[in-house]
Amino acid sequence: MTVLNQDQVRSAPTGELVLSMRGIDKNFGAVQALTAIDLDIYSGEVVALVGDNGAGKSTLIKILAGVHPKDGGTITYGDRPVSINNPAESNELGIATVYQDLALCDNLDVVANLFLGHELGRATIDEVEMEKRSWDLLRQLSARIPSVRIPVASLSGGQRQTVAIARSLIGDPRIVILDEPTAALGVAQTAEVLNLIERLRERGLAVVLISHNMADVQAVADRIVVLRLGRNNGEFTVAEVTYEDIIAAITGATDNAVTRRAQARVDAAGDAAVAAGASPDAAPPEEDRP
Amino acid sequence: MTTPTTPSPSSSSESAAPPTETVRLAAVAADLQDERLIQQHGIGGAISSFRRRVRAGDIGSLPVIIGLLVIWVAFSLLNPNFLSSTNLVNLTLQCAAVGTISIGIVLVLLLGEIDLSVGSVSGLSAAILAVGFVNLEWPLVLAILAALAAGVVVGLLYGFLYTRFGVPSFVITLAGLLGFLGLQLWVLGSTGSINIPFDSWIVQFAQQTFLPDWLSYLLVVLTVLAYAALRYGTSRRRTAAGLSALPVSSIVIRSAALLVVLTVPTWYLNQTRGVGAMFVLFLALVVIMNFFLTRTRWGRAVYAVGGNVEAARRAGINVTQIYVTVFVLCSTFAALGGLLAAGRLAAANQGSGGGDTNLNAIAAAVIGGASLFGGRGSAFSALLGILVIQSISSGLTLLNLDSSIRYMITGAVLLLAVIVDSLSRRSRVSHGRA
Repeated sequence: MTVLNQDQVRSAPTGELVLSMRGIDKNFGAVQALTAIDLDIYSGEVVALVGDNGAGKSTLIKILAGVHPKDGGTITYGDRPVSINNPAESNELGIATVYQDLALCDNLDVVANLFLGHELGRATIDEVEMEKRSWDLLRQLSARIPSVRIPVASLSGGQRQTVAIARSLIGDPRIVILDEPTAALGVAQTAEVLNLIERLRERGLAVVLISHNMADVQAVADRIVVLRLGRNNGEFTVAEVTYEDIIAAITGATDNAVTRRAQARVDAAGDAAVAAGASPDAAPPEEDRP
Repeated sequence: MTTPTTPSPSSSSESAAPPTETVRLAAVAADLQDERLIQQHGIGGAISSFRRRVRAGDIGSLPVIIGLLVIWVAFSLLNPNFLSSTNLVNLTLQCAAVGTISIGIVLVLLLGEIDLSVGSVSGLSAAILAVGFVNLEWPLVLAILAALAAGVVVGLLYGFLYTRFGVPSFVITLAGLLGFLGLQLWVLGSTGSINIPFDSWIVQFAQQTFLPDWLSYLLVVLTVLAYAALRYGTSRRRTAAGLSALPVSSIVIRSAALLVVLTVPTWYLNQTRGVGAMFVLFLALVVIMNFFLTRTRWGRAVYAVGGNVEAARRAGINVTQIYVTVFVLCSTFAALGGLLAAGRLAAANQGSGGGDTNLNAIAAAVIGGASLFGGRGSAFSALLGILVIQSISSGLTLLNLDSSIRYMITGAVLLLAVIVDSLSRRSRVSHGRA
């Protein structure tokens, strides 16, 4: 349950630093959406970006995706400073963003959606090669898609999310940003997507995960960055943090329903339990996790 | 592809399968390994999978083909002359002009847009041809190019208005319907009707040119051979890539079926005047547009924009360019259809492109299976749809029925087609095939 300072965070992940944001500012008219935000992204690591509605999570990833330009601060890619002014520049840096609405064409099949805008072949589309590569990619991700020649409309929510994430890998990115990938999914489908996120990490990709679901975050993330009202409000490694700490950082208060209940439990259990405050007992029950 | 699924500790049950299972999977084509996939083999399998698709609302061209058969049987019972070779030759010639316009309508419908002005644009094109060639004594080729250029300019204008100002295409083209009708009347001038000389090649082409018997059969054979070669090539490449492929026996059966479907009508038309050059031009345009729609990046982009504009934009497709090219193609096909109609009539007048031209072209695309909701349909929708419309028209004319009845029946068929479209769409959604 340690809030890590910058130096500790940098040494913690095993991968190399892919991208680093320092002192990012962004305002929309009179609203200061982001103030001096810092974010580091490492390869082979899943970093969860959490925060309440309006905390600035989406604004931050839209700056990375090239949708909004930043107003201040620096972005360093590898060891060189970069500016990301439009989605194309973001793609060139190897940043792939999967938006919450997935942006799939329901009338096209899985292969067509995977390669949309990047079809293989010279004068004509090489359907055979595209289908072969689709299967290779989906197998690598252990994705459970029965057929790639059926319209995307006929897939389940989890499968659609899988297709959207697989599509982001077509351009061979280094960073994958997932915006609320499990928001609309059932238990089994959430498990499917969380497995997929594990696969991305195993491939050595840097994953930025935005989620409201703390169970999901604790299940797959390595590091949690909390935003609150457009500012950094804590950075945790998942192994060492409790649910209450995250909630406290998100809400900005140590006094809320979750902590009160936890406190009541602690009081009832007596002093012995206080020492075990960081044990899994205080975290949400294990079976809730997919 | 023979890569077995990679075992990994946290993955789903598939990777937990015993090694024998992996060996078994490796022998199966990469796209057929999922055990949930309902697999069908042989001809019986093909039939039952077809039945399942129809029940799920994925009916494709089936209703329009059944409709066409019903119409033909009904009219041939009412008047034996309907299915005579002479009448069918006329039918094909009547199809060509409006059918060509209808190809353009299919394109805009694929984007989920509409062009209501194709009739006026075709009339304008006919007027430009007649005035240029007859009154101003331009060379015929120049007059034709000027008429087609007018179509291109109209399409560019629509594309600009739509992409720059975001005015709905319904309104833009409704304004175009009125505006270009006015322009057509202005171009024609006070005479109002201009005859095109019978000995000019455009009239000869539209009225008198028929393929010699040997050439028509040669074209049929070449088409079937090209179809078989393409299918076989794809099949071999799929096998090489480790994917399931159509067996040779199936390719032979399909090619033989295509040969019969093409040879019988050709033989029957050849009993009298034969296959009209104008109809062959229309068929060629349909096949060419089908190629562009299904095999090129542009065609894929058209379907993507029709399915989900925002997804297409984020995938890096130049959406503006797609809209502009489709509006230009639609207006140009309308202009070409106007030229064919003028050639067949050997005249351009104030009524050119008027009357039911507009509505028949749009109705044909919809009856042929192009969805009004965008993203669904094929170039062949234009061919099937116009055959239905002209069959009704020809049959009712043979029965000496008034045009009032003709309009009402065509309207009813159009309504039926749209209802079938909506019902099959609803069924597709509930069966997950939308």
